[in-house]
Amino acid sequence: MANIIDDETIEYVSILAKLELSEQEREQAKKDMGRMLDYIDKLGELDTEGVEPMVHIFPVQNVFRDDIVTNSDMREQLLSNAPEQKDGMFVVPKTV
Amino acid sequence: MNLLDMGAVELAAAIRDGKATAVDAVRASLERIEEKEALYHCYVTIDRKGALAQAEAVQSRIERGELNGPLAGVPAAVKDNLCTAGMLTTCSSGMLKNFVPAYSAEVVLNLHRAGAVILGKTNMDEFAMGSTTETSAFGETRNPWNPAHVPGGSSGGSAAAAAAGECFYALGSDTGGSIRQPASFCGVVGMKSTYGTVSRYGLIAYGSSLDQIGPIARNVTDCAAVLEAIASHDEKDSTSMERPDTDFMSALYEDVQGMRIGIPKDYFGEGLDEEVRNAVLGAAKLLEEKGAIVEEFDLRLVDYAVPAYYTIAAAEASSNLERFDGIKYGYRTTDYNGLHGLYKKTRSEGFGEEVKRRIMLGSFVLSSGYYDAYYLKALKVKALIKRAFDDAFSGYDLILGPTAPTTAPKLGESLADPIKMYLGDIYTISVNLAGLPGISLPCGLDGAGLPIGLQLIGNCFQEKKLIRAAYTYEKARGIFPAANEGVKITSDRKAGE
Repeated sequence: MANIIDDETIEYVSILAKLELSEQEREQAKKDMGRMLDYIDKLGELDTEGVEPMVHIFPVQNVFRDDIVTNSDMREQLLSNAPEQKDGMFVVPKTV
Repeated sequence: MNLLDMGAVELAAAIRDGKATAVDAVRASLERIEEKEALYHCYVTIDRKGALAQAEAVQSRIERGELNGPLAGVPAAVKDNLCTAGMLTTCSSGMLKNFVPAYSAEVVLNLHRAGAVILGKTNMDEFAMGSTTETSAFGETRNPWNPAHVPGGSSGGSAAAAAAGECFYALGSDTGGSIRQPASFCGVVGMKSTYGTVSRYGLIAYGSSLDQIGPIARNVTDCAAVLEAIASHDEKDSTSMERPDTDFMSALYEDVQGMRIGIPKDYFGEGLDEEVRNAVLGAAKLLEEKGAIVEEFDLRLVDYAVPAYYTIAAAEASSNLERFDGIKYGYRTTDYNGLHGLYKKTRSEGFGEEVKRRIMLGSFVLSSGYYDAYYLKALKVKALIKRAFDDAFSGYDLILGPTAPTTAPKLGESLADPIKMYLGDIYTISVNLAGLPGISLPCGLDGAGLPIGLQLIGNCFQEKKLIRAAYTYEKARGIFPAANEGVKITSDRKAGE
């Protein structure tokens, strides 16, 4: 395996991904990611010098509209999906 | 007259003519669901009461002459990653097991405008990440041709439901082949349109630059009718396109005279099952007999599509799935330490293995230090792949090949080796990278009696050419057997004949 993923990298990536991996998942992730990167490294065979990265197939532009509210107030419906709500607001853990 | 033997457009005509009602049709579908669902498990949610109520409302609108479209009154199913107001929408994930959207996806509204009756929500790979529907948090779906096999994925529930008669057609979504591959495995027709043709508003995003919603149906006519019904320009999707030519049913006629069809040699190399190869080449021959000019060519870069795709799709997935944090909707963990603890624990418990694998990979390829080497590189390869297709379409009207290298694998055989599973998408994935339209339709059965899929690929905006060729092939091929158990597939009915 050409790509060795160390504990530090997995730790860093799981912070970015906001995932908390168990010891077993962490070992599996190291293996999986290493194998996947070995496979993706195949792209390195291609000379892409001077090629523009293509995000969209068609030239897309920002789509603008007038700032007019068209939807109704759906507060109750939207809040009804919240794991925890109070007085018309989402409840979150204390952050400060 | 058995309603379940009818196609969707045929059924709508019968309803219009007063030979059947939308309520009869829903009852027939629900009876079939009752009979088969315990075995196949195509649905996550079945809305029996709602479907009957919709059918009654639609029927009276048909009788008043307010609804007379080609799908009015026909029962349909919707993949569970499409928001349906007031109806559970889970993405087959523990993360969204209790999520009831406040609004409907634009395609769902378009179906209602067309007079569809929605039976329920179909099972899928969790967040559309998978090729077998086995990563669903709610259990796998089985292939109606042989319940020991997978239906394909990620739109496996939609394809299996259409094949089993548990709906007349279904919507799926296709990020790397998730409509076409399960359609191939289940012996039905599945189509993905040019990127931007169908609004993604209300589709729970996976790889936004690749995702397209499309139909899975039992014949090409129904597929064209559904695509025509759901295609629309939508201001709520900034990549939605304004197209004047979405009257796809106008392309339903037999004519491939002089049509130039290219067969990529690189699609027939190592890994392709012999029976699949023969059936697909048999289909090419049939189109040639109908007047098409068929020749082989080198498409190039086929081996690079899968690694480029998984880099881009994982990157977009890691970003799109950031929203699932246990605050506004979905699952929230019980014991946690502070806000970040809440996020991490919620996500770790709410997501399944394959989803976490792709989020990790996506976070890595987007991280500083690796962004250029992986993500940007993949976007450059995408540009090269698009160029290869541009070259191909300068010489050909359509590209013909297999949809998948094999027929449906057995349950439990695919997930252990992710890269092997990803390679099963080799013929479908580049179509998404290049934003092209593609269709899969059945072209034979293998020795075990499992369906084989033929894939036709068109240039951007050439859906009508695709539909015309598919329709011509379907007529020349003749009626394809239904997936119901008890249908005996005789051994003399060889693939491609």
